[in-house]
Amino acid sequence: MANLEINFCGIKSPNPFWLASAPPTNSAYQVQKAFEQGWGGAVWKTVGAPVLNVCNRYGTMDYRGSKVIGLNNVELISDRSLEVNLKEIRETKRNFPNHAVIVSVMVESTKDAWQQIVRQVEDTGADGLELNFGCPHGMSERGMGSAMGQVPEYTQMVTEWVMASATKPVIVKLTPNVTDIVQPARAAVAGGASALSLINTINSVMGVDLDTFEISPNIGGKGGHGGYAGPAVKPIALHLVSSVASNPEIQRSGVPISGIGGIETWQDALEFILLGSTSVQVCTAVMHWGFRIVEDMIDGLSNWMDDKGFKSIHELVGKSVRRISSFGDFDLGFQTVARVDHQKCIQCNLCYIACNDSAHQCIDLKDLKLTGVANERLWPVVREEDCAGCDLCSKVCPVDDCITMVEVNTGRPHITWNELVKSTPEVLEWDKMEEYRRRAKIKIH
Amino acid sequence: MVEHYKPVKYKAWELTLEERFKEYYPPLSEREACLEANRCLYCYDAPCMVACPTHIDIPTFIKKIATGNVKGSARAILESNLLGATCARVCPVEELCEGSCVLGVDHKPIMIGRLQRYATDHARQHNMTFFSQGEPNGFKIAIIGAGPAGLSCAGELSKLGFSVTCFEKSKLAGGLDTYGIVVFREPVEVSLSEVKAIEELGATIKTGVSVGTDITVADLLSNYDALFVAIGLGAVPQMGIPGEDLHGVVDGLDFISQTKTSPLREIKFGRRVAVVGAGNTAIDCATIVRRLGAERVMMIYRRSEAEMPCYHFEYEFALREGVSFMFLTQPIEVFGEGSVAGLKCMRMDLGLPDASGRRSPVPIAGSEFLLPCDMVIKAIGQEKHVHMLDELAKFGVSATSKGYIEVDDVTKRTANPKIFAGGDCIRSKGEASTVMAVQDGKLAAKAIFQQFVLGTAGRAPVLPAARGLHKHG
Repeated sequence: MANLEINFCGIKSPNPFWLASAPPTNSAYQVQKAFEQGWGGAVWKTVGAPVLNVCNRYGTMDYRGSKVIGLNNVELISDRSLEVNLKEIRETKRNFPNHAVIVSVMVESTKDAWQQIVRQVEDTGADGLELNFGCPHGMSERGMGSAMGQVPEYTQMVTEWVMASATKPVIVKLTPNVTDIVQPARAAVAGGASALSLINTINSVMGVDLDTFEISPNIGGKGGHGGYAGPAVKPIALHLVSSVASNPEIQRSGVPISGIGGIETWQDALEFILLGSTSVQVCTAVMHWGFRIVEDMIDGLSNWMDDKGFKSIHELVGKSVRRISSFGDFDLGFQTVARVDHQKCIQCNLCYIACNDSAHQCIDLKDLKLTGVANERLWPVVREEDCAGCDLCSKVCPVDDCITMVEVNTGRPHITWNELVKSTPEVLEWDKMEEYRRRAKIKIH
Repeated sequence: MVEHYKPVKYKAWELTLEERFKEYYPPLSEREACLEANRCLYCYDAPCMVACPTHIDIPTFIKKIATGNVKGSARAILESNLLGATCARVCPVEELCEGSCVLGVDHKPIMIGRLQRYATDHARQHNMTFFSQGEPNGFKIAIIGAGPAGLSCAGELSKLGFSVTCFEKSKLAGGLDTYGIVVFREPVEVSLSEVKAIEELGATIKTGVSVGTDITVADLLSNYDALFVAIGLGAVPQMGIPGEDLHGVVDGLDFISQTKTSPLREIKFGRRVAVVGAGNTAIDCATIVRRLGAERVMMIYRRSEAEMPCYHFEYEFALREGVSFMFLTQPIEVFGEGSVAGLKCMRMDLGLPDASGRRSPVPIAGSEFLLPCDMVIKAIGQEKHVHMLDELAKFGVSATSKGYIEVDDVTKRTANPKIFAGGDCIRSKGEASTVMAVQDGKLAAKAIFQQFVLGTAGRAPVLPAARGLHKHG
């Protein structure tokens, strides 16, 4: 069996699966139960400033009969007293010395407050701290959470205060509610952060009740933005994690990343790891299904690693980061066309209508007489010479491997956009572009 | 029918008589309907729509269930089929829409029938109406028979502004939907609410009026501009064997109609019952009498399993209900003194294919045996309405050699240009079913509209919606 242990800037964990700072890590009861069920680490629900919560706290995005594709919340940081939290953290670390116990903290924006909380948390024996610079609701209005994380200068300043007194590793948790997440990430690193975690939740309004006209979640007739999480945010999180992981400055600093955002399965976790995460944090999936889901996360990851011949998680971290590129560096000569396997095709003809209404009108419905059945229905057939290779058809096809995108050699030059505009800057004019297309045998159908 | 979401645990011995006659499939809950609707791929050029004889826009009505627009869904169904609630229950969906579902290739087809029931039930329970009578166009149409073909034609004609009168010889309208479908497949209220909806569209339905006795075809032809004949078929024929008149020998259709219209406890039935025939009606009789409490029910059929005319799912249903099948068995005499005491039968072998293409049964000499029973239900087909055919013949309406009325496939017009016909009385080929009858009524209504209002019998169909002849409710 593959070795799932990780070393995350000195924090050791039996596996990369951590609970994110959130309702599932609210108490010793929960965190210890989670450890017993296999979670490798937990980031304790944020302790710090005193708060009062409201009802209701959650809104969900349900899709085509599936519940909780996305989850939004307006719950605040821990509303249990600091004293109780610190006592339970100490007890948890004592009972589970080999698990990663990290404490999320958030206090008012003064050096003394931050340094005091650092000392109090370190005194419990916890393995590290996570600075909550991301909470988008309730705390941000009080100048904490994402109000910190959205201003790189504040991020750096507070990180510096913390690092001046911390003796344990400190993770800075980033908010996605910014234009360019690399800016606060670099600020945290400049402030001396030991590691980064991302993403925190995304600003969101979940919906409007069509009978009462109330906002979801409904808080006594009112509603507002809350933090959005769950499977629906995964692609956004993958983008932000990969942006940070592929940034040269961050790479040089060597700080590890804890990936967060919609992780529900071992496959999700692997994608975050391949894009630069050393550990992953999970919340919504646990809120939906309970701690028990970690069993398959561990089992699935381990089986996959055995099948693929990987021995340790560290071999995988960031393995796909080098493939993160940008539009200007893509090969304009890479050409694919769609091929339909009529053995597998069930003739729903969704590919036909998708291509016809929304793509490039290069699938025809034809009477192929493949079955010998009377009144045989029409089959989708790709006109390959017109196929733009957009891949929409295979994406809407409900049958696995029925439509495949096949690489073809059309004789187009293998050149990137950046190379093209450097060598042939006149293509930025339409008539010259048309000329270039003729030369390069590029036909727009 | 496809497996359903909530498994049905049917244990007759734990249920009261009334419970045993409740609708077999429970209605889909909102969540079940939504999950199932979301499973639909929303095919382009969906084959289910083509397979449906009334061409209901199935992907559209299913999508509307998925979006929570159940009202719109019901309308989409009823636009193509005014008897959509009955068809949702009685259609042989495995042979039609569900049988053509592309998902059937490697997993489960969509439960189209039950989704259609979900939407149409919703409309009925909320008293929704979707269509109204068209602006009067001055033409009067008489319809003989208020079964599915007659009702469908009456409704479509009313939407187009015709003045329509249906003459129905029974006490209730609805035809076999009201009298002939087992109550645990379709409660009588569903059919009666469809009758009510047709009446609300402006059609007049005169029940208890027998054309040929109370009023003649000639009267109708002189008082109406056109006639739609939807008389269905008649009683179960004689078996032609001795003892057929004994007490305890009953007509299968009569027997089914009792369970639709009489209190269940008043229905007389035997302890050991022989059902003669193996069509869908025979299966219905066998399963009903089992549910009433008969101890042994035996289907007597002279050919083998492979030649049975009933749908395969009906056969499976009967087996589950504990009905036993005696194949290659021909009844030759009902014996008893005054009432049935048994059925004398003979073993058969299969010989060469006959005119129907099925291997014909050949008696095995000396194989006679006695089957003790106290009731014989005969369900060996239906007679043609010979008198009515003779009457219609006087007005130039021709019939096939087998006694079905001859009509044009598209217009349902008979040899007399003022007389149209549809339903089981024209079903010389294909399966007789409610949904086919509904389509006949629709096609005839369309042809009548073209012939009388547009005055062009040959012109391409003009959709009523395009002409704005009915209001959207």
